[in-house]
Amino acid sequence: MTNYIIEVEGVSKSYGGVVANKGISMKVPDGKITGLIGPNGSGKTTLFNSIVGYHPIDEGSIKFKGEEISTYRVPKIARLGLLRTFQQTRIYSNMNCIENMLISIPHRKMGFADMFGEREDKQTMEEVERLLDFVGLYEKRRLRSGDLSFGQQKLLEFAMALMNKPEVLLLDEPTAGINPTLINGLIDRLRRANEEFGITLFVIEHNMRVIMNMAESIYCLAHGEMLAHGSPDEIQNDQRVIDAYLGAH
Amino acid sequence: MVLVAAPVFNVQLLLDGLFIGATFALAAYGLALVWGVMNVKNLAQGDFVIMGGYIAWWLGTQGIHPLWGLPIAIVVMFAFGWGIYVTIIRRVIDKDLFTSLLATFGLAIVIAQLLNLMFGPEVQTAESDFAIRQILGVVTVAEIKVLAFVLCGILALAVVIFMKKSRMGQAIRATAQDPRAARVMGIDTDKVYAFTFSLNAAICGAAGALISMIWVIQPFYGISYSIRSFVIVTAAGFGNLPGVIMAGLGLGVMENYSGFVLGAEFQQATVVGLLLLVLIWRQIQQRKLRQVVS
Amino acid sequence: MNKNFSFKLHFPILVFGIAAPFLFPGLQLQIATLWVMVLFALTWDIMGGQMGYNSLGNILFFGVGMYTSVLFQVGQFADIAEYTSAHGGDSFTFTNAEYYQGLIIGIIMSGVVAAITAALLGWTVFGLRGPYFAIGTLGMAIAAGELMGTWEWVGAGSGISVPVFPGGAHTRSLLFYFLTFGAAILTFVTLQWVYKTRFGLAVNAIRDDEEKAEAMGIHTVRYKTVAWSISAFFVGISGALFGNITGIIEPLEVAFPTVTFGIFMVAMTLLGGKGTLWGPVLGAVLFHTLKEVTWTYFLGWQWVALGVLIIINVVFFQQGIMGWLMEKFPEKFGIVVENKEATR
Repeated sequence: MTNYIIEVEGVSKSYGGVVANKGISMKVPDGKITGLIGPNGSGKTTLFNSIVGYHPIDEGSIKFKGEEISTYRVPKIARLGLLRTFQQTRIYSNMNCIENMLISIPHRKMGFADMFGEREDKQTMEEVERLLDFVGLYEKRRLRSGDLSFGQQKLLEFAMALMNKPEVLLLDEPTAGINPTLINGLIDRLRRANEEFGITLFVIEHNMRVIMNMAESIYCLAHGEMLAHGSPDEIQNDQRVIDAYLGAH
Repeated sequence: MVLVAAPVFNVQLLLDGLFIGATFALAAYGLALVWGVMNVKNLAQGDFVIMGGYIAWWLGTQGIHPLWGLPIAIVVMFAFGWGIYVTIIRRVIDKDLFTSLLATFGLAIVIAQLLNLMFGPEVQTAESDFAIRQILGVVTVAEIKVLAFVLCGILALAVVIFMKKSRMGQAIRATAQDPRAARVMGIDTDKVYAFTFSLNAAICGAAGALISMIWVIQPFYGISYSIRSFVIVTAAGFGNLPGVIMAGLGLGVMENYSGFVLGAEFQQATVVGLLLLVLIWRQIQQRKLRQVVS
Repeated sequence: MNKNFSFKLHFPILVFGIAAPFLFPGLQLQIATLWVMVLFALTWDIMGGQMGYNSLGNILFFGVGMYTSVLFQVGQFADIAEYTSAHGGDSFTFTNAEYYQGLIIGIIMSGVVAAITAALLGWTVFGLRGPYFAIGTLGMAIAAGELMGTWEWVGAGSGISVPVFPGGAHTRSLLFYFLTFGAAILTFVTLQWVYKTRFGLAVNAIRDDEEKAEAMGIHTVRYKTVAWSISAFFVGISGALFGNITGIIEPLEVAFPTVTFGIFMVAMTLLGGKGTLWGPVLGAVLFHTLKEVTWTYFLGWQWVALGVLIIINVVFFQQGIMGWLMEKFPEKFGIVVENKEATR
């Protein structure tokens, strides 16, 4: 019996008449890597945004560990342990890498007094240095993060997400815009995050090689509707998916 | 209550509110233009208005009828707007929004203080020597107010037609939608911005010239007009001309009523009170969408 | 910021602050005002510089603090309505004990009430971003001044006078000099501390990307409310002190001077460099000194000059003095590539 950590049931979302998601149902199994693919404009990011509470949904239900979250706002959902990264990498660009990491600690049990708590205690600093080392940014840790290259910012954002100790990480195109020679390293780190830290990954990805290698099950969206679901092999051989990508729809 | 005892008095308040509201709408339309096209929140908007007013008033003191001040104010303010664009706005347009807000705020201080130094802090009205008619027994209507109302309408219509038909108007609308695409299509966006900003200044100048004839001007009244413009544009949204007109007229009427019911000293408080109400209302709307007002 | 550098500055400032009223007795009021300006710039920077919420209406809390203080100073021992209708302190005398008790409670309460006001108002404006926030807060400050001007109970447009100091004029000015100096120091020390805690990081994160901060689960509303309350607390106290220095509280020019002090706060912080601890201090000292020295030579053009200064500052020198130094000498501020071997 698989344990599902995110359960999406019949979710629809439209923007002023344009239907972006229509009756989407899907489940993300706990502790696994799940992929979400689909042609441009098929509603992948809309679905992500619905899950993390960025906008209200028109109908349907979204459950995280059995708790209905479709009416919660972004910070609350993030504190439950459901975290997302952005397609356009977002970091705190005027702060250095260490500061970016320090403020990304989990905010789940933050009380009022914790606002003025010690920010650089030994344990946290060790964690920061370990994770910056993990993504290969240790040497640059005192630089303004906005001055890093795009790929390095992406790695920093990933490290920040790990620092937050989420249960599920929603990654919106983690390899987009990254130098192809670095992609293998990133895949390896994503896998290790999944295996070593036990973080469930839910990944939007355009690079088929990456997602087929990484994910255990894949959902495919087209025209705002759920088109197919299966293992990488099944998806690769699914005629509907091939048609959708070739635009034969 | 006078308003209930003498219902005809409502007509007076309503009419006066509509007359002054038309000038509010005109100035707000200018703000909507620079806001929508250039994403510049011009806090000197009201000071442009007052400047236009002083141009018409000063010409009046020189023996030129203030109605002639209207076209002159338009031309002078257009040139002034161009100068401000080249010296200040061009340099802040691609910076963050607070920069343009603060730069125009500094500009507002400069304009208000210069007007104060040149013309003194007294409240002024440009004398247009038109008759005042009585209708319905007690309601007085100054002909100049009717004329100003009509002129407001004509000016607004002229701008709308200009935006629809002329090449520059089309370039402005294209730039508003997507500046980068407009540049690719060969539109000189810098010139478009300069023109838009100058057009806004000219519109303000016209509104100010009319205000100087139908109401009063004073060097430090600018901020109220800026806030009025913000109230109107925030309430209506900047792509929405009928909304701007309705909100402008409505604001004029509301101010007139509150001035009458609560007392004249509450007029400014009414304007800022409405600003806060509109902002809170927008927030409640956005909160339903899990969003913020930005 | 370099620790050594900070310490080298602390000591001389402290010595100057204590010695100033005895060395330059004629400038005592100006120097007291300088400390108020430093406090203004520091508190404005919590929101504008560190958190990226540019408030144009922080002066609101100055007026709130001023009125709160006088109401507590008077209200504990006399009826406010009678006091205001008698136009001031001459017909009402307070004993020494009453005066000092009133002053202490008044000062403390002015900070507390201002902070509570900020927390309540924050609820209505924190859904606003960028220019909307700036204009919304500006509207609040203007509205507050206008409304106070119509409220008879606190003296309406003609204002309310603070209780008369029971001692001599010299003692009075010395007392309030040291109170303003103390308030500025307290503000500085408090901010220095909070910026070093998690609070500092969180407000910086909100400044750089609030949406990201929310997506990372930071309690953004809570941090914003506390930030504004801290800012308001100290501005409120400065209002209480300034009201007592002035003697008469009038709503538009003294209590809610939106276009003078309200704008000075912003101008000083931008001049010194926003988002830094020393920038606002530096900006306030420079601005105030320049203003006091040159103001009378402008022959009525000083306000025009102020507007021009703001424009030039914003358009050409946005990073301010500290920001410029940080760009010029990044390694002095610890912005360096450090590899593992070097640190171990």
